[in-house]
Amino acid sequence: MEIFVQQLINGLTLGSIYGLIAIGYTMVFGIIGMVNFAHGDVFMLSAFISLIFFLILTAWLGISSVALALLIVLVIAMALTSLWGWAIERIAYRPLRGSFRLAPLISAIGVSIFLSNFVQVAQGARNKPTPPMVRDVIVLFQGESGYNVALSYKQIIIMVTTAVLLTIFWYLVQKTSLGRAQRACEQDRKMAALLGINVDRTISLTFVIGASLASVAGTMYLLYYGVVSFSDGFVPGVKAFTAAVLGGIGSLPGAVLGGLIIGLIETFWSAYFSIEYKDVAAFSILAIVLIFMPSGILGRPEVEKV
Amino acid sequence: MNAPSITTTAPTDAVTRKFDLGAALKDAVKTALITLGLSIPILAYKTDQSGADLYLTPRWGLVAIVCAIVFGLRLVLHAFTASRAYTKATPSAHQATEPVHATPSAFQHVSRFAIPFFLGAALLFPALVYLVQGGLTESRYWVDLGILILTYVMLGWGLNIVVGLAGLLDLGYVAFYAVGAYSYALLSTTFGLSFWICLPLAGILAAFWGMILGFPVLRLRGDYLAIVTLAFGEIIRLVLINWVDLTNGGAGISSIPRATFFGIPFTAGEGGFAATFGLEFNGMHRIIFLYYLILMLALLTNFVTMRLRKLPVGRAWEALREDEIACRSLGINTTNTKLTAFAIGAMFGGFAGSFFAVRQGFVSPESFNFLESAIILAIVVLGGMGSQIGVAIAAIVLVGGPEILRNLTFLQAVFGSGFDPNEYRLLLFGAGMVAMMVWRPRGLISEREPSVILKERKAISGSLVKEGHG
Repeated sequence: MEIFVQQLINGLTLGSIYGLIAIGYTMVFGIIGMVNFAHGDVFMLSAFISLIFFLILTAWLGISSVALALLIVLVIAMALTSLWGWAIERIAYRPLRGSFRLAPLISAIGVSIFLSNFVQVAQGARNKPTPPMVRDVIVLFQGESGYNVALSYKQIIIMVTTAVLLTIFWYLVQKTSLGRAQRACEQDRKMAALLGINVDRTISLTFVIGASLASVAGTMYLLYYGVVSFSDGFVPGVKAFTAAVLGGIGSLPGAVLGGLIIGLIETFWSAYFSIEYKDVAAFSILAIVLIFMPSGILGRPEVEKV
Repeated sequence: MNAPSITTTAPTDAVTRKFDLGAALKDAVKTALITLGLSIPILAYKTDQSGADLYLTPRWGLVAIVCAIVFGLRLVLHAFTASRAYTKATPSAHQATEPVHATPSAFQHVSRFAIPFFLGAALLFPALVYLVQGGLTESRYWVDLGILILTYVMLGWGLNIVVGLAGLLDLGYVAFYAVGAYSYALLSTTFGLSFWICLPLAGILAAFWGMILGFPVLRLRGDYLAIVTLAFGEIIRLVLINWVDLTNGGAGISSIPRATFFGIPFTAGEGGFAATFGLEFNGMHRIIFLYYLILMLALLTNFVTMRLRKLPVGRAWEALREDEIACRSLGINTTNTKLTAFAIGAMFGGFAGSFFAVRQGFVSPESFNFLESAIILAIVVLGGMGSQIGVAIAAIVLVGGPEILRNLTFLQAVFGSGFDPNEYRLLLFGAGMVAMMVWRPRGLISEREPSVILKERKAISGSLVKEGHG
């Protein structure tokens, strides 16, 4: 029972991170119908950006308050990662609109390889550990066998940040004119353009929002695990994509739901079955979902138009 | 799905003005500033570790150089596109009819001589190296490099069947390479089977796996298919790592039996290759034999592919690549067609894997990660999906290029003594794939020739719109 509750907490934390990344996949897929394969590497890049700014703030500028440092890091990382997201779309994806169907995916794979190796060349191949930023835990209750069920502060930070950002993001998509433009482009890009929506700008903004949410996930990942390396984008990226597909690609609540489900499956699988095969489980779920229910839980079935 | 592109830039703009220096400068400054923004943390500060702590080393000089390079390139690009737009604006008399008469391009004239040239060069390569280096032992490095390149040529040609001909993006091709390698490694170490028995078995097993994996996924749409093959590739690698009883896990399988010259081992003693043929023993005999072995395997791949293209199944592949819905309405069984492409591609991957195992004498799961798939895919993409000679050239450039660059000593003088081009290899692969998709989506050497021509050569849709509708 205690282990179950503990894994539930861990799974929800991990799931929030996956959910944040998954939104980037699902939004881009919704608006231009491409799998942004490089999104996982954008996430990894943002973790590096946060790491470097965290070091600058704490070691050079001497900011001792972790909360303040974290907030500044979050804002800077969001801004800089958005710039990356924008630049990637502008260079690698925009010229390909109207090209053959696999072109954007191949280009995205190129971007993914480029980004991970760029970080490797610029920062070195080793793992980068950070000193633990937030250590405190709240012991929720103690089991009979002496097993403490603990909720750590960083887990609280991660879940609260995710919830707050998702609310802001939800408001953005549902209530603002940007969100309306985005949903219009999603339904019919040509018609949206005829009605005076700047389609290129809307697509760029989609990438910017996706990248900034990925950067939050990157900062949270760094906070949670305390270590990051250049190859860390691939597996979380694939898992987040799995989450997006599981939730129904193109559906925003679906991405968050899928993220939470994948996070829970991963932690419970590791706890009760085998930790070696946890990635096999994630990849298998991806394959099974794509083969048997490609429209996911909350997605609409796709209609093929000739 | 594939809405026509909506561009906001008016093409007439560039035509009226030949080259606006002010605007170009402004744009170049803007680009340089964006580059600065992009490189601020990642390039400007390097994290280094001392003990348990990380510390930062500023590198603003590097950032300045990068920004300056981007600024310069952007300016050159502006000048280039402006002058090209100007020449394009003056229409030639034949412009309207030009694309319809698809006369063989200049490249196609050259390619007639290129194929015998490459074949001859590949056949004579060990002899040439022997003459240049002046000895068998001295030429080892170059023959090894030749083997490496040919392995990738073969893998590229194998993947080309799946990606280039059938238009299925396979991101897990390395799984079949792994199946081939482990088939040979396990069959030979457990049952003592010889390489010549294992080679076809490895191919059959890989094809079998291709069918097992392919069957459920082949009705998916293109990009989903790609992701599922990626997942399968990773699953196979993770199983190889974790199934320690069978595969010895991450430690890999070592002491795999060497290849024999059709039964005659390459050993120094009595009954060895050297003794049988009355030669002086030299370890290079085996290496040169391996070179010709992989050359033959690669040529076999090419030969089979070229013949298959002329069979109904090959035509069905190419039709499938062009338009799946049209194929279905013409009564082609798309699942079976895709499955054959998948299985045949996998079979050649299996052959190559088996060769890899016999050459290395050691296999471990780390040789079969996603990066390897990505490299093979990069070779196929940069070679121009579907073009055999293009894939060969891409493999030579992408695999051989960094090795040759590493030996150029003047580069080390320019970039410092620690300069290793291999570090930047994947960086350039990634950038190259993007550049390829942006500028030449059909590859450097686009071969979109129909394999049958009725009476006269006509332009196909692919050459009309330059980028088909996949």
